[in-house]
Amino acid sequence: MSTLHVRIWRGGEEGSFQAFDVPRLESQTVLDVVTYIQRSLDPTLSYRFACRVGMCGSCAMTVNGRARWTCRTHVAKVATGGLLELAPLANLPVIKDLVADMTPFFDKWARARGRFQGTRTRKDDFARVSPDTEQRRLADAGIECIGCGVCYSSCDVVAWNPDYLGPAALNRAWTLLNDVRDADGRARLAAVAGDAGCHACHTHMNCTERCPKGLAPTASIAGLKRATALAALRGELAVTE
Amino acid sequence: MTSDGELSVRAQVLLWTAQRASAAVLAACVLVHLLTMIYAVQGGLTAAEILSRTRGSVGWAAFYALFVAAVAIHAPIGLRTVLSETFQWRGRALEATVLMIGIVLAVLGFRAVYAVFI
Repeated sequence: MSTLHVRIWRGGEEGSFQAFDVPRLESQTVLDVVTYIQRSLDPTLSYRFACRVGMCGSCAMTVNGRARWTCRTHVAKVATGGLLELAPLANLPVIKDLVADMTPFFDKWARARGRFQGTRTRKDDFARVSPDTEQRRLADAGIECIGCGVCYSSCDVVAWNPDYLGPAALNRAWTLLNDVRDADGRARLAAVAGDAGCHACHTHMNCTERCPKGLAPTASIAGLKRATALAALRGELAVTE
Repeated sequence: MTSDGELSVRAQVLLWTAQRASAAVLAACVLVHLLTMIYAVQGGLTAAEILSRTRGSVGWAAFYALFVAAVAIHAPIGLRTVLSETFQWRGRALEATVLMIGIVLAVLGFRAVYAVFI
C-alpha cells in the first residue's frame, strides 16, 4: 500500500502546517483522508462535513491551493506527486484547523436580500410557473447553489474589497429576481448594486471556473449589472429598508 | 452623496454605466486613431503633415474632442476602483481626487485638440 503525504493547517488565523502520512486507497476522496487523520492519527483535528455526497456544501476547503468540495474530490485528481496540502477556505476568518467561519458569507446573503418574499398565503392556490419562460430558465441556471463558499473563497474581488457581497449572494439574488412569485425585487436590486455589489465584479470568472456545481455566478452578476443599471437610469434604484 | 461622504448607490451605478459607455466609445476611437497613425506615417512622420490634416478640420476636432471626453470620463472612474481596492480608500477625498484627475485630463486633452485645430 502506498502512502500519501498530507500537510494540514493547524491553529486559527495564526498557525502552521502539520504533516501526516495516510495510507493511499483506491477511490479515496480528500474528505476520506481528513476523516482518517481525525479518527486514526489525531482526534483533535477540526473539520466540517455532513452529507458526504455533494449536497450540503459544508466540507469545502483549500486543497493544494485551490478551493474545492472535498467529499467529491478524488485524491487521484489533485494529489500530484503524492502530496496533499489542506487549509481552510480563504477570504473567511479561521475558527480552528480546517474550519472557516462562514458568518460573513451568510451575512452577505442576508444583505443581498437572499430570502424569498412571497405574496401568497397557504389559502391561495400554488403558483404555476411554466418551465419554458425566460425568467424560469434564468432562475434554473443558478438555483442549484449549495452554499459551499468555494466561489467566495476563490474570488479576487472579495480579497481586495471585504465589503463585496461575493458571487454566491449575488447569484442567489439573481435567481430570486427571476422568481415571478417574489415581491422584493426592487429593494433587492438596490441592495445588490454599487461598489459593494455586482458592479464591483471584474469578471475574472474564478467563481464560474471553480463552482463544484458547474454554475456560472459571473453570468448571474452580469444580469444584475444590466438590471441595476437600467433601474438607475430610470431613477428606480432607491434604497428601501 | 450620503452623510459619511460615500456616493449614493444610484450614483455608484451611474458611474459604472458611464465607464461602460465611455469604454465603448474608446474602443472605436482607439481603432480609428491607430489606423490613422499607421496610414499617416507611411510617407514619414512630420508635424507639418499632421497639422495639415487637423488644422481647420471640424471633423477631426470633433473626433478628438469625443476621444478626450471619453478618456476624461473613463480613466478617473477606473482609477477610483483601483485606488479603492488597493488602498481601501473610500469617501469624499477619493471622489474629489479622481474628479480632479478627470478635470485635468479633460483640460489637457481639449487644449491639445484646440492647439492642432487652429
